[in-house]
Amino acid sequence: MYAIFLKEIRSFLGSLIGYIVMGVFLVLSGLFTWFIEGNNVFDLGIAGLPTLFGLAPYMLIFLVSAVTMRSLSEEKRLGTLETLTTRPVSDLGIILGKYGAAVALIAIALLPTLFYAYSIAQLATPIGNIDYGALWGSYFGLILLAASYAAIGLFASSTTDNQIVSLIISMVLSLFFFEVLSLLGDLDWLDKVGKSLEWFSLNFHYESISRGVLDTRDLLYFGGFITLFIAFTKTQFESRKW
Amino acid sequence: MRQPLNLLLLFLQTVSIRVENLAKRYSSQWAVDRISFDIPKGEIVGFLGPNGAGKSTTMKMLTGYIPPTEGKAYMAGLDVEAQSKEVRSITGYLPEHNPLYLDMYIQEYLGFVAHLNGLTQVPKAIAQAMELTQIGSERHKKIGQLSKGYRQRVGLAQALIHSPEILILDEPTSGLDPNQVQEMRQVIKTLGQEKTVLLSTHIMQEVQAMCDRVIIINKGKIVADGGIASLQSQGQNRFTVWVEFSQALSIDDLQGLPHCERVESLGATQFRFHGHSLDLRSAIAERAKTHNWTVLEMRSESSSLEDVFRQLTA
Repeated sequence: MYAIFLKEIRSFLGSLIGYIVMGVFLVLSGLFTWFIEGNNVFDLGIAGLPTLFGLAPYMLIFLVSAVTMRSLSEEKRLGTLETLTTRPVSDLGIILGKYGAAVALIAIALLPTLFYAYSIAQLATPIGNIDYGALWGSYFGLILLAASYAAIGLFASSTTDNQIVSLIISMVLSLFFFEVLSLLGDLDWLDKVGKSLEWFSLNFHYESISRGVLDTRDLLYFGGFITLFIAFTKTQFESRKW
Repeated sequence: MRQPLNLLLLFLQTVSIRVENLAKRYSSQWAVDRISFDIPKGEIVGFLGPNGAGKSTTMKMLTGYIPPTEGKAYMAGLDVEAQSKEVRSITGYLPEHNPLYLDMYIQEYLGFVAHLNGLTQVPKAIAQAMELTQIGSERHKKIGQLSKGYRQRVGLAQALIHSPEILILDEPTSGLDPNQVQEMRQVIKTLGQEKTVLLSTHIMQEVQAMCDRVIIINKGKIVADGGIASLQSQGQNRFTVWVEFSQALSIDDLQGLPHCERVESLGATQFRFHGHSLDLRSAIAERAKTHNWTVLEMRSESSSLEDVFRQLTA
């Protein structure tokens, strides 16, 4: 499992696409947070990063899908799945190794944004006077959200041997679970059903954690969500045996 | 559960691969249809058959990539289904088409594979595998930059990085040029001195050059199983004579010769005669003389494994 984790990290950092995807994420999030007029830090005048944490879920949909799109589909395309699965490693070990690598890579991509948080703390009056609970809560929520996207992405990658198809499936599913489900809660004619469906959206729990309050229900939701998609991935992965 | 295990322990010393009524069904078609064979330790066995005969499917079941629909297989006494992980750690497998990560360096790839096998002395294992397959000179290249021959060796190196007892090689020489084929065969022969090797091919000479024994499979069933010599003798009482005449003849002119079973037309002037005895030659000469045909060339073609193969799998 660890060998697979390391190999995934290496191959991603060794490929140009890895740096492009991370670069695009950082440039866009930096531009929106600091420079583009309307919602940047100076316009808002709030000692926090609402723009970053509002936009990041959407940018992460692309970032995470791009990170996970090749993890299993490429093995399928090359046929290396056969040499991989005939080694003394379990299927779950392969999947978790790849999953862990994807989450680690996204965490690495998010690291530089800590610099924005530091800057905000320096800009606040008096210096350092920001809502740390909300800040760390938001980061924690973002990581959980990214981990959920990664589970979706890995599943998408297990369904096809084509990276682009994998990318599209992953983005559509992620958008559905983050945005579409949560929008259903706003529809009047769905009434209570819509509200219940909204509870199942990633957005609902992401926002809840972002407030800086740790609720076990949110943690259970994310844990369950990730486990479910890992289980889907494993089922799909083992379909060769049917 | 206990009793068959004990039975198997008996076989442990001598039988390396044991296949019992192994079968695989894909939707409605039986790709492998209840085959059985034993391979003793240290033997190089050629698994022969036309494309689509079920060779690869059998190998995939032996290596634990896909489960059998029916039947059992044991590698060194271990059940390939129930003890899959143990089986995989003593088996080296080179799949068909030799899949590799093209953007990895040879050394990096072999290291990855060694770690997957849980080896502790990784650098030593890499060095050994590279020496056996003679890829040391290319070690710092990316796999994608290698020639097909070297890629095939990398494929072999990954299969034997963990010093497996059993090697399963699916068409190890396909797509190589004659020199590379020769080298590959040499490497496999060397490996076969210590390991049990099951290799698949659809090339006869390959089996003659490397194997102690051949198992021929056709449409999922075993049609022949034995030593090379015994298989060749199966075709021993059959002869073919190849003749070229100076003028064009019709095949009807050549029917009804004594000792002749069948005439094959290879063109207007060339024919192949199949029969039971080499007296066939004098019969052909006799017929030519009476009709005043000129025989430009006549030669007998010895029956080879190739003929046996063609007879068995036609």
